[in-house]
Amino acid sequence: MTPATLYGLCAAALVAIGLFGLILHPTPLRKVISFNLIGSGTFLFFGIAARRGAAAGFLGDPVPQAMVITGIVVAFAATALAVALLLRMLEAGAPTVDGPPEQPDDLSP
Amino acid sequence: MSLVVDLFMVLLILTSAVWTVLARDRRDAVIAFIVLGLQLSLVWMRLMAVDVALTEAAVGGGATGLVLLRACARLQPVEAEGRLPGLRAQIAAGLLCAGVGVALAAVILAPAAPAPSLAPAVAAHMDEVGLKNPVTVVLLAYRALDTLLEKVVLVLGLIGVWALAPDLFWGGRPASLRAASPSGTLTFLARVLPPVGVLIGVYLVWNGADHPGGTFQGGTVLAAMWLLVMMAGLGELPETRALRLRRLVAVGPALFIAVGLAGFWMADGFLSYPPEYAKPIIVAVEVALALSIAVILGLMVAGPAAKEPER
Repeated sequence: MTPATLYGLCAAALVAIGLFGLILHPTPLRKVISFNLIGSGTFLFFGIAARRGAAAGFLGDPVPQAMVITGIVVAFAATALAVALLLRMLEAGAPTVDGPPEQPDDLSP
Repeated sequence: MSLVVDLFMVLLILTSAVWTVLARDRRDAVIAFIVLGLQLSLVWMRLMAVDVALTEAAVGGGATGLVLLRACARLQPVEAEGRLPGLRAQIAAGLLCAGVGVALAAVILAPAAPAPSLAPAVAAHMDEVGLKNPVTVVLLAYRALDTLLEKVVLVLGLIGVWALAPDLFWGGRPASLRAASPSGTLTFLARVLPPVGVLIGVYLVWNGADHPGGTFQGGTVLAAMWLLVMMAGLGELPETRALRLRRLVAVGPALFIAVGLAGFWMADGFLSYPPEYAKPIIVAVEVALALSIAVILGLMVAGPAAKEPER
């Protein structure tokens, strides 16, 4: 078994664990974290494809690598937006599964 | 021999992943997720993808972790974590996820032969672009449209975050990043690290043309230095309505689009570069993008405006 195959199996496990967390947790923040786990596993699949596609003097296929870099940054942007949304939801007193709405703490100018 | 190290690494990663999902406290979950990000960046090194390793460590673990930790601090007073579904539902979900995992593992164990690869296609025209880092060539030359759209996504994401500010606070400062009582260590590091960090950030951007590194990695290091100064309370976050700030956000994508349009009469079409000027154009675009990325990442961590704009 090559390291790439081993990490491929690891990626499959990461996606499965992340999916389980996404289903298991009722709170939005935990869902966002679990979703990021699925994302990490998916990115790792690209890494395996890149490593297996090593050719032309490169140690890995640069195209999937470049796609993963783009993907990581977009995943960050999506996470930041999701977190901002759920904090705002809480501030606005919307009924969330996070429990009763709290008093906004740093709204005072 | 080396497979033993890899096996150990996989065990560490799976432990972090399971802890991320099963930890009772959300802060523990976030910390496990940050640890996982750093472990994954080591895996990217093992997979010979240094550029991705840098990005994963800086953005995947670092910046995402910071956003999640801040959210934890805001959510902390609420003790209720919500109720988990019953045991039967948990078993059903576990079986479903195990099935998904096994299916994905089967795909890994039965790879396509020969492995599909675009590496020869990338190598074929590298000389025309004049850069030596194949990943940068793909990001800024062959697949420049993807990279351009991704920058636009970042700007749109920031607009989305800003739009969540209450009307009253529109254009004001985001909630302070300052720690409640910055420790001496934090203040010290915030004074000592930025000169070194800024140098490393600039080096990564400049070096990205020919060696591992590039706009994202360099930009994120710059953003981290900025955030460090804010957290120690040595500087204030700017008002989101500040014109200079908004120009910095827009300069990278705007220059990229301008260069893309210039391709219509200087070269073959949108986002194509004349071969003799390809390298200087790409480096100029990278510098502008790194500045914008640093500002956008910092502002995304800071969140929407939470104070009234000063008159």
